[in-house]
Amino acid sequence: MPATHHLDATFAALADPTRRAILARLAEGEASVMELAEPFALSQPAISKHLKVLERAGLISTAQDAQRRPRALEAAPLDEAMAWIEKYRDIWERNYQRLDALLDELKSVRPKSAAKKKRRKG
Amino acid sequence: MPAPAEVTLPSDREVSVTRQFNAPRQLVYDAHTKPELIRKWMGYTDWDMPVCEMDVRVGGKYRWQWKHKENGKQFGFFGPFTEVDAPARLAHDQYFDPGNLGGAMPSGDPCEVWLELTEQDGVTTLTSNMKFASKEARDGAVSTGMTDGMEFSYTRLDAMAAEAA
Repeated sequence: MPATHHLDATFAALADPTRRAILARLAEGEASVMELAEPFALSQPAISKHLKVLERAGLISTAQDAQRRPRALEAAPLDEAMAWIEKYRDIWERNYQRLDALLDELKSVRPKSAAKKKRRKG
Repeated sequence: MPAPAEVTLPSDREVSVTRQFNAPRQLVYDAHTKPELIRKWMGYTDWDMPVCEMDVRVGGKYRWQWKHKENGKQFGFFGPFTEVDAPARLAHDQYFDPGNLGGAMPSGDPCEVWLELTEQDGVTTLTSNMKFASKEARDGAVSTGMTDGMEFSYTRLDAMAAEAA
């Protein structure tokens, strides 16, 4: 599967605030569906639906424990999404640092009218 | 130096960059609209910008093209301005011109781009928002030829740094 398809699933999964909250909870350690449902005003089936989306995106896994079936966070897709954002940010930051330099240059050749004020100090 | 650019994903087709500049809004706007100024900052290490045409009015067109200093490869962007409200807001549609680099924007053009500039106490906050034709286009944008070119120059830089060490 091309990398962008991974990213589509990751970003789509992350687009929902409940799913982000679930991931934040799982970042502290694995939890069962019941434990995950607790802090939200949501039914277990509703939580299960969110968990399915997260699972399809590879963001969580289900441990073997047949009774509790605890969910755990999978970091790899998140790392990939962060890498994408970081790369995008880097492209712009390089441009904007050149723009900083240009703006400094422009400010020095076109001093603000305030700079022309009389420098008469007592 | 101002804080680094901040990137957010407002929707699954959009990406937004926010950055502050220690300069009045009019200067930041000029740097985004005057070809002689744009050429000085917008682009990529090792790429010249031989074409930079700006007809800044609604319906007016722009055309940017970069050329690699060593291998001569070219690519660019072009499109019409859709909103001009100097120095606060500027919007354009962006089409990818693959030049002789090959390839295309995945899943279509255009990308809708808008810039918003606000000024407070001599500091200008710029927000640049890009809304791609599809999620695939957005997620693929970072891996188009232009960034490959950049990676090439990063690799070279790394190599030079390694040699110098």
